[in-house]
Amino acid sequence: MKTRIYTIALLLTATIITAAFAPAGLMLKIKGSDTVLPLSQKLAETYMNLNTEAKITVMGGGSGVGIAAFIDGTTDIAMSSRKIKMSEKMKLQEAGKAFKEVTIAYDALSVIVNPANKVKQLTREQLEGIFTGKITNWKEVGGDDEKIVAYSRESSSGTFEFFKESVLDNKNYGSAILMMPATGAIVQSVSQTKGAIGYIGFAYLETTVHALKVSYDKGATYVEPTVANAKNGSYPIVRPLFYYTLTQDAAKVKPFVDFILSADGQKVVGEVGYITVK
Amino acid sequence: MKYFIKKLTEKFIEGALFLSSTVTTLTIILIVFFLFREGFSLFKHSPVEDGFVIAVNKGNPVDKITGPQIMDIFDQEITNWEKVGGANDSIILFRIDNISDYYTEAQLGDSFQYVPQLISRLIDSIPGMVAFIPATYAVDGFKGRVIELPNVSMKKFFTEKEWYPTAQPAAQMGVLALIMGTLWVSLGAILLALPLGLATAIYMAEIANEKTRRVLKPLIELLAGIPSVVYGFFGLVIIVPLIQKVFELPVGETGLAGSIILAIMALPTIITISEDALRTTPRAMKEASLALGANKWQTISRVTVPYAASGISAAAILGMGRAIGETMAVLMVTGNAAVMPHTLLEPVRTIPATIAAELGEATQGGLHFKALFALGCILFIITMVVNLTVEYISSKRKLTKR
Repeated sequence: MKTRIYTIALLLTATIITAAFAPAGLMLKIKGSDTVLPLSQKLAETYMNLNTEAKITVMGGGSGVGIAAFIDGTTDIAMSSRKIKMSEKMKLQEAGKAFKEVTIAYDALSVIVNPANKVKQLTREQLEGIFTGKITNWKEVGGDDEKIVAYSRESSSGTFEFFKESVLDNKNYGSAILMMPATGAIVQSVSQTKGAIGYIGFAYLETTVHALKVSYDKGATYVEPTVANAKNGSYPIVRPLFYYTLTQDAAKVKPFVDFILSADGQKVVGEVGYITVK
Repeated sequence: MKYFIKKLTEKFIEGALFLSSTVTTLTIILIVFFLFREGFSLFKHSPVEDGFVIAVNKGNPVDKITGPQIMDIFDQEITNWEKVGGANDSIILFRIDNISDYYTEAQLGDSFQYVPQLISRLIDSIPGMVAFIPATYAVDGFKGRVIELPNVSMKKFFTEKEWYPTAQPAAQMGVLALIMGTLWVSLGAILLALPLGLATAIYMAEIANEKTRRVLKPLIELLAGIPSVVYGFFGLVIIVPLIQKVFELPVGETGLAGSIILAIMALPTIITISEDALRTTPRAMKEASLALGANKWQTISRVTVPYAASGISAAAILGMGRAIGETMAVLMVTGNAAVMPHTLLEPVRTIPATIAAELGEATQGGLHFKALFALGCILFIITMVVNLTVEYISSKRKLTKR
């Protein structure tokens, strides 16, 4: 036990010393969206394996937190699952900072139901009705006489915000919506509840649940949620994932951003389960 | 010399002990102070997000809007000014990000220097407009009129049922549903755990032989060592579908699922404490009862259990205290819908689950952050009442002993 403690202490000291005297390679701090976090981590890892002198620190906290840190200058790159807001743009403007926006990947949300459910497609208006609590029975949207149980992510999630903006037209969720702490929990609950409906990122889709076709043109065309449809723009619930960098830092962040947009970087994007930009 | 060193060591140890107890006490006091300071500052806050205002056209007669009304307006539930005491005119919503619908990038200026004037002009030109804009725009030369919303009041905080802490432009902070959810789940847990726990405790203290007891006791103590997130996962995968099937419910994430998980988690506390209490019954009393011709069951029910009653109630209350504060397991199985619970077979949202789920994204020092601290205060008061009750009951127990 004691030797183990010593070993740990030694290792810690060693890490601190090496960190302090590390060669002045590429040092980057990335902060922001929890949706982009796993992707950024994987990208940073791959990049650091290729370039051993580089040191990239990735932190989560949410898109808003990342952009706030970016405005304060405490992070080099802000990762965000939403476009920078007008108010944030103005703050950067006030601070006299010009910035650049890079789309590094796309994330699509699929609306999932239990495989036993007869309903296989819904319009945006119907989804809005379900998640704001106006539609409460499946027979109102062409299904069986079964109560609708709608699952959402918690309000702290970026996915919650994006779904609210894109599908609910900025209206608030109904109060009877069930809030789940994790995407995995939504998949689990939807797979075991007959009247369930929920939304998850493409990367989390499993065979135990069924992904609905969605129509954003009042039922004229229903689009299947596939990577191909998300890429060609016909699937509507897609959001770009952004990196925000300062123009003055361009030289510093270029190697990493170029890597992400390269074939190798985009391969990682695909592996993590997001949609590539090209 | 030796004596002197001994004396010195003694003094030193005494000092160290005194210091650690002082530090502990101070820490607790500071935490409580911090909790209540943050929590209470909520009631000096407007429900509108910091740095933003709600503005309308100067000619609009409406000057008083409540929080729920503004939420309905922005949810497009209320679409006409007549409903909130204004003229018969439809409501047009404006959020700062809508500005590109009205003006081009070029009109806004390269550094957005024209935005304030443009918004001011826009509000002035559209009579039915209600705008949610940064407060810095509504200063001198602003042609609209700012509407003030009443502050979050303590009365509303405790009596309203709508919990929309992140709603824009005005948050709804009603915690009644959350308090009721917490109490329902905890009460259900104690109702399930007490009979089972008490029966186990009696079995272990009175009936089981030494060998059985030696196996049972560590097993039960092991139950206390399992991380709560493991309980939560077990609940989500096993108990939730089970409840759904047994009661034929549309949804299995219910208060009952939370109660069952919490009951399992509270069992070790209840069993250990009530077993200890049962064991304190003097041998002489039990033997006297048996000598009078009472059988074993009569002795247990008429002598041992009544003697240990105060200890058992303390066990029940401490178990409930554990249930009230439990976070992770409940977060995973109760569905977390912030609605007033009517039965245990509905989804509920508890206070600890709310704090755990929402604190991550709340801006530090903001309205939502403070509301979560106020929730923490409520939880603190509930558990304090529970603990004081235990103190009271155990002090009574000492008196009866004398």
